[in-house]
Amino acid sequence: MEMNPVLPLAGLAVALALASSAVSLLASREPRVLRWFAMPLIGLAGLAALAAGLWALLAGGSANATLPLGLPWQPWRVRADALSGLFLMIIGLVTVAVGIYGRSYVRGYERGRDSLTALGGFTGLFLTGMLLVTLADDAFLFMVAWEVMSLSSYFLVAFQHEYAANRRAAFLYLLMAHVGGLAILLGFGVLAAFGHGFEFAAMREAVLSPGWASVAFGLVFVGFGMKAGLMPLHAWLPEAHPVAPSYISALMSGVMLKMAVYGFVRVVFDLIGQVQWQWGVIALAVGCVSALMGVLFALMQTDLKRLLAYSSVENLGIVFIALGLSLVFLGTGHLLLGSLALVAALYHAINHALFKGLLFLGAGAILHGTHERDLEQMGGLLRRMPWTGAFFLIGCLSISALPPFNGFVSEWLIFQSALQAWQLESGVLRSIIPIASAVLALTGALVAATFVKVYGIAFLGQARSRHVRHARQGAVGMRVGMGLLAGLCVLFGVLPTQVIALIEPVSVQLLGGGLPESGAQGWLWLTPISSDTASYSAPLTILLLALIAGVAFWWFLRGVPRRIRRSDPWDCGFAPPSPRMQYTAASFAQPIRRVFGLLFAIDESRPAFDDPAPRYRLKLTDRAWALFYLPVARAVEAASRRVVRLQSGNVRVYLGWTLGTLLVLLWVIS
Amino acid sequence: MPDGLVLAAWLIAFAQALLYVALAPLLVGWVRKVKARLQNRRGASLFQPYADLRKLLIKETRVPHTASPLFRMAPYIVFVATWLAAATVPLVALDLPVARIADIIVLVGLLALARFFLALAGMDVGTAFGGMGASREMLISSLAEPAMLMAVFTLAMTAHSTSLESVMSHHLADGFVLRPSYLFALGALLLVALAECGRIPVDNPATHLELTMIHEAMLLEYSGRHLALMEWAAQVKLLLYGVLIANVFFPWGVGREFTPLALGLGLLAVLAKLALLGAALATAEHVMAKMRLFRAPAFLNLALLLALLGLLSHVILEIGA
Repeated sequence: MEMNPVLPLAGLAVALALASSAVSLLASREPRVLRWFAMPLIGLAGLAALAAGLWALLAGGSANATLPLGLPWQPWRVRADALSGLFLMIIGLVTVAVGIYGRSYVRGYERGRDSLTALGGFTGLFLTGMLLVTLADDAFLFMVAWEVMSLSSYFLVAFQHEYAANRRAAFLYLLMAHVGGLAILLGFGVLAAFGHGFEFAAMREAVLSPGWASVAFGLVFVGFGMKAGLMPLHAWLPEAHPVAPSYISALMSGVMLKMAVYGFVRVVFDLIGQVQWQWGVIALAVGCVSALMGVLFALMQTDLKRLLAYSSVENLGIVFIALGLSLVFLGTGHLLLGSLALVAALYHAINHALFKGLLFLGAGAILHGTHERDLEQMGGLLRRMPWTGAFFLIGCLSISALPPFNGFVSEWLIFQSALQAWQLESGVLRSIIPIASAVLALTGALVAATFVKVYGIAFLGQARSRHVRHARQGAVGMRVGMGLLAGLCVLFGVLPTQVIALIEPVSVQLLGGGLPESGAQGWLWLTPISSDTASYSAPLTILLLALIAGVAFWWFLRGVPRRIRRSDPWDCGFAPPSPRMQYTAASFAQPIRRVFGLLFAIDESRPAFDDPAPRYRLKLTDRAWALFYLPVARAVEAASRRVVRLQSGNVRVYLGWTLGTLLVLLWVIS
Repeated sequence: MPDGLVLAAWLIAFAQALLYVALAPLLVGWVRKVKARLQNRRGASLFQPYADLRKLLIKETRVPHTASPLFRMAPYIVFVATWLAAATVPLVALDLPVARIADIIVLVGLLALARFFLALAGMDVGTAFGGMGASREMLISSLAEPAMLMAVFTLAMTAHSTSLESVMSHHLADGFVLRPSYLFALGALLLVALAECGRIPVDNPATHLELTMIHEAMLLEYSGRHLALMEWAAQVKLLLYGVLIANVFFPWGVGREFTPLALGLGLLAVLAKLALLGAALATAEHVMAKMRLFRAPAFLNLALLLALLGLLSHVILEIGA
């Protein structure tokens, strides 16, 4: 039998990531190690992961292996199937770009005080953790890999720990990651108890009563939802993601959040198997809230990286809307629609990895060139950084779900599956799904507003501060990294039929059915259900756009004076506009802030009319803090104040407690 | 479909696309004319918009010093995206191949693409008015776009297809059935069309140099052929919405086969419907006053509510029946 190269390739990726980590240990002596060895190794690891993923998707089937590692009675089992292949591909695509980009980016740290050993070392471990999460075939290895991923990213968030805000964000992240990890562990516990083993194979065979299956679903939904940053468990995400170095933010938002999607799909669709439509309704509702609130908060932000982090909350919300739809359809016995929604969810997961990776790299290029994250200080960057500006525009168009870019295809697919709600028997479900699609439509429109704001404020207009006026174009490596992702955003938007053919094996593997009609009319036509129901041809859309543009140029501009004269802006004849007269990020968002005012906790102070030095102050906080986090924090504090009474300082009292505990334990286990 | 017919279909589709750009200024001229008559004025000629476009096209084009290359690209992108969106809406005949390239959702997406660049172009020069227009446009559209999608979803769920052709064929085959969901969707789409095309009561197309302007504020810095393309795109968009309402809700008369008679009748029918709609628009603008900007969300929420009611009344009342 021919040997399946997927696992060796994936193993190579892990080995390269670990090698990058190991070589970074020398960085304290020679900082250039990071640039010359560690980052290229990361890029190569990405390439190997990409090859493994593509092979797993194209060749089909699955490969198993048992590693001579782990506990004596519990060796680590790894497996690569279509689902892990897809996520290996996502890791690979973004990591390759990050490897190229990071080589130029880390140069900026070489003269700084921050520890490059920590940066390079934990980047390699972080990648290792993510790769192993997709490969794990037993709960034990999965949790180990999950923790490696969470812990190493904690250290990356805390990289610039001299700022108190970063330490606070990192601690919050660590705390939430562990609460989530605990929920996942308990979820695996339920499955392992019924399946009599920690191997995924055993869990798949487990027969769960509907009640216990729902308990397992609830636990893993909380655990993976926490990692995915779903509302209301999202509050750590906009704190933690922005403070890491930008290419790490790209990996965290673009790839690590996808690991939560992977975990959710693996456990719910694969291990639990017998899905119930009620779960779908829960996922749908949580997804809707996350999507809408995520984009509204994103729109209100003025810190570019924080804005992108909130937008990740929104995009993961969209992925969970699609997963919820899939669960509803599967739970009511509509296999084809269930696989359509699952494919849409996975498509959006890939897309989000691509465009969010691109946008974070772009934000990093701006940070690198101007040392600025605040939108209010930016402006006119398109002329200073034309390449970054062009790639960032592609990212903005993709994330705003505009045709013919990739974000549009996945949202189109989600709408298509939502529009099949008429096939459901239950009137309640038939009404819930259209409301969810209304929320999705509103979200999409607000995303466009958000990214018009980002691009318009940062790249267009005039510079609002001196250092932005003198921004430097980034190094070639940074541009190549961004260009790679931008090209993929276009490619995944123009060739949806091929991408779906790539994702389809996942649906076939998990659900036993794909989308037989999706490419039935040829590669030009995307017809997910049937050609009568809906069809979209991205290549022809592009072709016609180009054709019409050509005709327009040729026909309308014949004989028209071609000369263009430069002049001062007119601006209704007012005084020549200064950069301070431009709309700012906060003022751009003001109308929407006013319309959706009830959802935010707004603290605004306007200057008095006769104030000689007028200052306008606006502070906007997430209501989730007051509603969900502060009560918990207060309860923990109150509980610990009670517990502290035990600490009397008297050894005899402590010994008494120890004896008591021992007795209780003996009584429990006997 | 035999090859000859396919070729004919493509030719008709192409002619129809040209018809959109050719007819768009006429609709604007007609609306202005009716409005003038209602105000006891004679008004300009029906063909005045053509003369305006011609004048703008031959005039010198000026670009501010502070503009980036995006400023010069935007008019072409806006025009082309709007035109392609319009080309997918059946004007005189059904069974055209363009309908399969893009369904209703793609149509909304193409309009969103045009709007994205329009708003960016407004912000490009860095004037106060441009940013104001862009910000307001995005507010209006972020409320109007979901209402529009919901309204067309109502139709799509009735016809079990998101292709406009299938929706119209379904409606034609059904005969005249008064569905409550259609009425709600029609109401929503009318409100959305007013908002999206920048008509009274949301925006005033006749105004310039006024603090309440939205669409005009984004175009302030444009001149010459750039302005011509932007204005033309706005006119095509108005025609698009008019045809969408006229042909989707009242599809009777549209050509079902590719004979000169059927196509001619289709053209006459759609022109008659558009003339009626244009007159209705002019009358509505004549009797209504422009709203304050922060009243517009209430107006659009009504549209969203109507659209959602339409969708719910469809899934609850009509599917079982």
